[in-house]
Amino acid sequence: MPRRKLVIPVVIGAGSFLGTVLYRRRSVRNRTRVDVYFDDGSMVSLAAGSPDADAMLPHAEEVLAAAREGA
Amino acid sequence: MRISADLVCASVAALDATAAIAELRELSTQIESVVVAGRDGAVIASSVREATAERIAQAAQALVGGADQVRTDLGREALAQLQASTPDGSVFVVVDGTRMAVATTGTDPTVGLVFYDLKTLLRQIDGAGDDAAA
Repeated sequence: MPRRKLVIPVVIGAGSFLGTVLYRRRSVRNRTRVDVYFDDGSMVSLAAGSPDADAMLPHAEEVLAAAREGA
Repeated sequence: MRISADLVCASVAALDATAAIAELRELSTQIESVVVAGRDGAVIASSVREATAERIAQAAQALVGGADQVRTDLGREALAQLQASTPDGSVFVVVDGTRMAVATTGTDPTVGLVFYDLKTLLRQIDGAGDDAAA
């Protein structure tokens, strides 16, 4: 009986931890994107994982790295 | 009862590029670094060291090149501006005919405000060129 009492909190704790990790990973993925705006006022949002965004994001990371190192 | 409020007016008077960047850095709490460069990647003025500015301008030029490719693929009008968001921060680029203004910020910046500041910066530098030519 005491063993069962211990297992339930451990399972709940592990579930919460896993949920937090998955939520965090998803929100980071959602945050990584390129929004391109055109002269006619239209905009296209390219999420990480799309070929166009994956081609552009390394250049953005290079800009941020240069700014950080030069600060 | 009388209610009064201080009005803050943004100046768009002509300034040279370095002075305009200094003013922008003073006014904006979100922008961490700024580079104004030609579309060819040649640095015009910046808030960072020369080598850093060149590195930023080259990478921004490639970023704009990628965005221009997207524009061509989609058959849209000319590129106006872009924001690249990453978990480490954001990169903003505003382009006009021959130049681009590049800024870096932390995460979750006020997007509209940063774009407005960069457009104002390019306009101020435009005005300085006109004044010098006159």
